[in-house]
Amino acid sequence: MGDFDYAVIWNNLPFLWEGLKLSLWLTFLAIIGGIVLGTGLALMRLSGFLPLSLFAATYVNLIRSVPLILVIFWFYFLVPLAIGRPIGGFYSALIAFVMFEAAYYSEIIRAGIQSVRQGQVHAGQATGLSYWQIQRYVVLPQAFRNMIPILVTQGIILFQDTSLVFVVSLRDFMTVSSIVARTEGRLVEMYVFAAIIYFIICFAGSMFVRRLQKAKTA
Amino acid sequence: MITIDNVSKWYGDFRVLTDCTTKVDTGEVVVVCGPSGSGKSTLIKCVNGLEPVQQGTIRVEETEVTARRTNLTKLRARIGMVFQHFELYPHMSVRANLCLGQEKVLGRSSDEANAKAEALIDRVGLKEHIEKFPGQLSGGQQQRVAISRALAMDPIAMLFDEPTSALDPEMINEVLDVMVELAQDGMTMMVVTHEMGFARKVADRVVFMDEGAIVEDRATEAFFGNPESARAQDFLSKILNH
Repeated sequence: MGDFDYAVIWNNLPFLWEGLKLSLWLTFLAIIGGIVLGTGLALMRLSGFLPLSLFAATYVNLIRSVPLILVIFWFYFLVPLAIGRPIGGFYSALIAFVMFEAAYYSEIIRAGIQSVRQGQVHAGQATGLSYWQIQRYVVLPQAFRNMIPILVTQGIILFQDTSLVFVVSLRDFMTVSSIVARTEGRLVEMYVFAAIIYFIICFAGSMFVRRLQKAKTA
Repeated sequence: MITIDNVSKWYGDFRVLTDCTTKVDTGEVVVVCGPSGSGKSTLIKCVNGLEPVQQGTIRVEETEVTARRTNLTKLRARIGMVFQHFELYPHMSVRANLCLGQEKVLGRSSDEANAKAEALIDRVGLKEHIEKFPGQLSGGQQQRVAISRALAMDPIAMLFDEPTSALDPEMINEVLDVMVELAQDGMTMMVVTHEMGFARKVADRVVFMDEGAIVEDRATEAFFGNPESARAQDFLSKILNH
């Protein structure tokens, strides 16, 4: 490893940090947005009202059969057309991630809702709670408790997927790493460094999931 | 108060209830018994509309449960129900379990709901457990909480769906005691159970079901003293003689 030039990392740390911040911020917002929208889709799918469940099912199946990178492109070109002005790479990527992740989250959340015993719904109904009150106070809190490990796992995948935003010229962590690698001519160092950072963050996430699962079975 | 008139129900092609007719008057305790799979639990779930019926009518007071336009949510708020597996909300404390319906359905203030919850929990002897979660309680304790949760809504009648079937034997009596007390206080009750001692003690009538049909519907003493049908005789001899 004698030929490694660690200074290249040190010298470009602020620039790399900016990229990492963008990746993390995008992941965070997309998780929040994806879960909110995904919950809505899951409730629509399970509503028993055909137009709503059909819409949700179509949306989910459509999005899930398209590569993420294509969705990112779509929104980059479609959103300005729809609203009449450009909104920039970050917001179009954010919308794309939220829309895309919502489809995956909705399937996770749907399974979580279905994992709550039917008897719990009956208990809520027998007390005179309305459909929405039962979802809000009885079903969703239990469903989310069961789902947290899978939701976090999906978040880890999402974090890795943010590296795709280079296609709309956003400078995420992966992009800035490769910019440094090429301009400084230090490909090996930078790509090893990027891999280590991705590994640390994702591994920490996995450990967190494992602890959650242990806490749940205890 | 509760009238069940000629009710039939199918799951697909399978007929689970066949022309069931019976009633529960105000202040009456009616025990529904019969072999497993005889449709007892299904019948009691039809009374507050948790299960739909395809034929016949069920009324609770003046409300027709089986009518399409009936506001079931409103009706259910007035009928208490206790389940075989308790169905307490596991993510809420005992206190929150008792307050949820009072606050969200009846619109009671938090103070009012809490006062009611404390009084009811005290009555079933679980005062020191009110801040605990259901998972920290024994089955018998959970079922007593579930009864209190139903009573917190000031119901006009109580439905019990095999309230002691999921309990360890030593916990059955603590639950039955609460139910006996409730019956003696004049609560209108429909109880699906195999506890024949309980039926003898407090039931006004016993409804015996087999294969989805009501085979006998008679005063308690007459049912135990002299069951008419061979099936009820057989059932009683199996359940009592050991």
